[in-house]
Amino acid sequence: MVGPAHYITLSAVLFTIGVIGVLTRKNAIIVFMAIEIMLNAANLALVTFAMTIGDVAGLIMVLLVMAVAAAEAAVGLAIIVAMFRHRETVNIEAFNVLRG
Amino acid sequence: MTGVDVAFWILAAIAVGASLVVITSRNPVACVLFLVVTFFALAGLFVTLHSHFLAAVQVIIYAGAIMVLFLFVIMLLNLGQEQWFDVSNNPLRVTAVVFGAGFLALLVGGGISGLAPTVRGPAAEISPDLLGSTGAVGTALYTAYFMPFITIALLLLLAMVGAVALARRER
Repeated sequence: MVGPAHYITLSAVLFTIGVIGVLTRKNAIIVFMAIEIMLNAANLALVTFAMTIGDVAGLIMVLLVMAVAAAEAAVGLAIIVAMFRHRETVNIEAFNVLRG
Repeated sequence: MTGVDVAFWILAAIAVGASLVVITSRNPVACVLFLVVTFFALAGLFVTLHSHFLAAVQVIIYAGAIMVLFLFVIMLLNLGQEQWFDVSNNPLRVTAVVFGAGFLALLVGGGISGLAPTVRGPAAEISPDLLGSTGAVGTALYTAYFMPFITIALLLLLAMVGAVALARRER
């Protein structure tokens, strides 16, 4: 019998995949995709808890997360386009001017 | 095993497999397409949780809007094959996998195993189908959560203006 713990475990697995993606990839666009996977994993946990507890607030939270994800993707990809225009690459190792 | 259980295992396998392809594939267009597969699997999982409205929104926003955004940027930058640097020679890779496994063990071992016995099924007083319906979510969104809703509208406007300002060619 599949219960809430299964869904939360799946959410943790997806979040971990997203973390590993952010840490290992060098292409800024794919780093963004890994962030989207992490946001989706958080959404899955929120929906699971909302439906388990029986409170609609969790579902509203998911809608807000989706809107923030859309805004983040728009601004983030605009930053990538600006970065590409500046350096002709999207390799994040090329952008180390803030390195201490 | 009921039908919902079978659906959960199939969708979970699709979601995990597709997201692994996203973080390992060398072709960015393949990454985007498998990302969409992940989003669809998650929409299916929302359906198995009786959250039909969010499943529809997931498909519309993620598989529709965000995927198009990613594809547009990839096509717009039009990087040659040699620009999609090698994934495998990142020295951080092993460290990331080790720390990822540790992080997962912490999440599953510490949080979820402690949670499992205390969390019960859906609350008895309200049916999950009703809770996840468009009516229930919409009513809450336009009454109790109206201010967050308006704030999100402003955030989207800001993001739109910000994206245009950032990507604009300077003169």
